[in-house]
Amino acid sequence: MSARITLATAGRVLRQLRRDHRTLALVLFVPALLMTLFRYVFDGQEATFDRVGPPLVGIFPFVTMFLVTSIAMLRERTSGTLERLMSLPIAKLDLLLGYGLAFAAVAAVQATITAGVSFWLLGLDAAGPVWLIVVFAVGNAVLGMALGLFLSAFARTEFQAVQFMPAFVVPQILLAGLLVPRDQMARVLELLSDLLPMTYAYDALARAAADDLGRRLAFDAVVIGGFIVLALVLGATTLRRRTA
Amino acid sequence: MNSVHSIRIRDLNVRRGGRSVLPGVSLDVRRGVVTGLLGPSGSGKTTLMRAIVGVQIVESGEVTVLGQPAGSPELRRVVGYVTQAPSVYGDLTVRENLRYFARILDAPDERVDEAMRTVALSERADQVVGTMSGGERSRVSLASALLGEPEVLVLDEPTVGLDPVLRRDLWNTFHELAAAGTTLLVSSHVMDEADRSDDLVLLREGRIVATGSPDDLRDQTHSDDLEDAFLVLAEAS
Repeated sequence: MSARITLATAGRVLRQLRRDHRTLALVLFVPALLMTLFRYVFDGQEATFDRVGPPLVGIFPFVTMFLVTSIAMLRERTSGTLERLMSLPIAKLDLLLGYGLAFAAVAAVQATITAGVSFWLLGLDAAGPVWLIVVFAVGNAVLGMALGLFLSAFARTEFQAVQFMPAFVVPQILLAGLLVPRDQMARVLELLSDLLPMTYAYDALARAAADDLGRRLAFDAVVIGGFIVLALVLGATTLRRRTA
Repeated sequence: MNSVHSIRIRDLNVRRGGRSVLPGVSLDVRRGVVTGLLGPSGSGKTTLMRAIVGVQIVESGEVTVLGQPAGSPELRRVVGYVTQAPSVYGDLTVRENLRYFARILDAPDERVDEAMRTVALSERADQVVGTMSGGERSRVSLASALLGEPEVLVLDEPTVGLDPVLRRDLWNTFHELAAAGTTLLVSSHVMDEADRSDDLVLLREGRIVATGSPDDLRDQTHSDDLEDAFLVLAEAS
């Protein structure tokens, strides 16, 4: 582990992203545009918009970073750069944390733009502190990144990696309680949702928005942290120094 | 670490996709010289090189580099490896690529400039690699391996598709590096390059057919031409 290498990696990932203007613009502004869409889909139903809006601010970064990371990591594998890195004196954790830092920084900007547009321009209301929603949004981005990193090991092509979105992310959003409260779902699904990281991410965002800043929120934060560490450790095991 | 050989391989077995690619190879590579690894496509050159760098899963056998088992963490700083397909970031410039790899190796920034000069890319330092030709990309990949002043350089067909003038210059660089004590193992399938190597290893279907200097091999086979020598040796095996 080396701070020098971790930071160099984060800088390199950000430089790559900066060169791709279109991706950067899509990452930063599409969530704000979608929030605008939601605002007018729920035109005249402000209570609904206020219920689903704040969690969405935090769920977008999860989805974006999941996708961006799985593709970026897949490219490292297919371009041979991962093999080169693995033959160099870089610790696996340097690489993973470098990616984590870079995408957390992008997520912070993304969530700030989304939150800014939603709360100030679209009139979204939350009882709780907006900054806390943004903090959980960044945490969610790191969670999405860690899961994307791990799952990318199971995709051989970019086509496959993109399909992991509907396969692994959409079910989590459906089961997290955003559309229907979890206790109203089929019992099996409720139990299943207990095992999914997005459930805790959504719960934390909903509680932060409702100003319910108690022990349950702290518990959510710990579980999210645990999922991040678990996904990073699993991700590290998919980075092999030796291959067949 | 005063041995004359920096790479030592004993009974190396590698299986890939259910078949034996290297069925029991033994080889010593001399320190401070350029060893050419010659053989047709599919003869196991890349697999042998990957085993030396320590990125290949091996079935059995022993590969020692600078006295350490291949792939040891201590070797990652002193063994440079260039894969056949250029492995650099297409969306970064030449300089950005080299700077990143230099940071990992803790090499000073001057090494980035020197490496670019060696592969004749100083003028293109700020060009995005993805917009370059195949040959230029391989040069960036080669430059990345020169950053850390490696003691052992393993180069998989580094001169494919390059201009003859640049190819000659690079081979001169290889010999300068060797004269300074670096061990180079360079794979190729071009005979005129073979002739520039100090030592040659001829590989065919995963077996070493012959080793020796180009002159040795010509004498051994009573041929004037290395291509003929290779044919004689291949048919005799």
